[in-house]
Amino acid sequence: MTALQRTGRWIGDHVVLFMAAVVLLYMFLPIFFVVLMSFNDPVSRLAYEFDAFTLDNWLNPCSAAGMCDSVVKSLQIGFLATFGATVLGTLVAFALVRHRFRGRSATSLLIFLPMATPEVVMGSSLLALFTTAGLAGSLGFWSILIAHIMFCLSFVVVTVKARLAGLDSRYEQAAMDLYANEWQTFWRVTFPLVFPGILAAALLSFSLSFDDFIVTNFNHGNTITFPMFVWGSAQRGIPPQVNVIGTMMFLLALLLVIGSGAVNRRRAR
Amino acid sequence: MTVADVGRVVEGTEDEPPRRPRRRSGWATGYLLLLPGLLWLVLFFAVPTIQLVATSLYDQAGSLDTGYAMTWSFGNYLDALSTYRQPFLRSLMYATVATVAALLLAYPLAYAIAFKAGRFKNLMLVLVIAPFFTSFLVRTLAWKSILSDNGFIVQTLQTIGILGPDGRLLATSVAVVTGLTYNFLPFMVLPLYASLEKIDPRLMEAGKDLYANGFTSFRKITLPLSMPGVVAGTLLTFIPSAGDYINSELLGTPQQYMIGNVIDNTFLVQLNYPIAAACSVILMIVIVIMVLVYVRRAGTEELV
Repeated sequence: MTALQRTGRWIGDHVVLFMAAVVLLYMFLPIFFVVLMSFNDPVSRLAYEFDAFTLDNWLNPCSAAGMCDSVVKSLQIGFLATFGATVLGTLVAFALVRHRFRGRSATSLLIFLPMATPEVVMGSSLLALFTTAGLAGSLGFWSILIAHIMFCLSFVVVTVKARLAGLDSRYEQAAMDLYANEWQTFWRVTFPLVFPGILAAALLSFSLSFDDFIVTNFNHGNTITFPMFVWGSAQRGIPPQVNVIGTMMFLLALLLVIGSGAVNRRRAR
Repeated sequence: MTVADVGRVVEGTEDEPPRRPRRRSGWATGYLLLLPGLLWLVLFFAVPTIQLVATSLYDQAGSLDTGYAMTWSFGNYLDALSTYRQPFLRSLMYATVATVAALLLAYPLAYAIAFKAGRFKNLMLVLVIAPFFTSFLVRTLAWKSILSDNGFIVQTLQTIGILGPDGRLLATSVAVVTGLTYNFLPFMVLPLYASLEKIDPRLMEAGKDLYANGFTSFRKITLPLSMPGVVAGTLLTFIPSAGDYINSELLGTPQQYMIGNVIDNTFLVQLNYPIAAACSVILMIVIVIMVLVYVRRAGTEELV
């Protein structure tokens, strides 16, 4: 084999990896900028370029008026929506995998449709409903919560259902053979086995809820969540502290994913 | 959250027949478990959708204060289409371009993760998902910095002459499509990865044994077998892109406004509910039709 052929072969083998690396770089480029801009000391509020280095944004993240309140609001809604959607969705997933009932295909359709509907349609539908019901003036925390539980629910059902369907039923049979009653079997065997799926669903719900802008924008009344805050300030000039929150979310997510990976590995050992 | 779970989520609902219940539980248990969740979806998804269709047929002469009269005004749809034809077409075009771009970017990445990453597989999957935990809006605003007139990308493109000396990226269609492609890329990568990973590598070896070169074996084996992922990924990218208006608002100008901007503005600023609802319904119908046609084609026509 000549050197030329060898080089050609090497390129052929690695071209996919090289392309993958470029795409990953594309995906990380904005994150790099978010981190960079979190240390920015902008000359004007409408500037989007890096001007000077400062630690102020990290030391006083709440100095941007209203931002920390909006983060708190988003956290509250995120936790409540996650709780609601995870409980309701897990029940539905159990029913779908473990029980017989009529109207299975209609149920599946109802669960699938919210995932296939553009957010702008869901948001405007809810607004049309709330307005018709005469509630347009009192929209706020509760209407955001209702909407978030609604669009998280389907994702919970699908995630938990996948985990439940992949479960080896022999574990439960073994427990029953060893004289565990139904209740004990469920809490000692089934639930712990399904739990990773439920946890994944909860994390997904939280990130969907915390990050939602479009549906929230239609139904928020006067309540300002973090995405609403960013949207509002995009017109007036973005405070650099927004990037501190963005960086913190990224680091937190990274930690969670790496942490759960480490736990899984330890368990596998 | 394990990455495989996310992959399964975005792959969509696959309908398995119910397993034979092992324990004898009361016939009502299934219904009781379903009831709260389904009630929520009926009340806050199905009923609002019906209300949206009803609102789109209200008389435009009404207002929020005086109330709207139901006049079955199908003319609203004609008004909406004639007034907002441009944003409608733009939405479909941007979403199509962004979906194709996302597919071209995501395929090599998903392929590399599935077949070439070895022990770095999990790390690479984490790297795919991690950026998307940063707020959608903050990420999109970062593109504003990246594509800004004094940014390195614009400067480089001007130096090599692709952009004129006054050429810019921000506030153009390119910026909006770049943002759309970027923001929905994981929805393309994960289903692609999920279906590529299922392919038995021995099939490709068999192809090689039968003297197929790399390209032929990709065209005849890998690509057809990954079609479920391609279909799921393109749908999951196209649907949110077509309805998005964050990218066009933050990275574009009114010349780049998509139908989402129109719906948002007509509902929340102009308070013209019938027309706004008609736009929403049209968007929904167009997407449903495109999805049905696309799924049918991808499902039945033999590929290459």
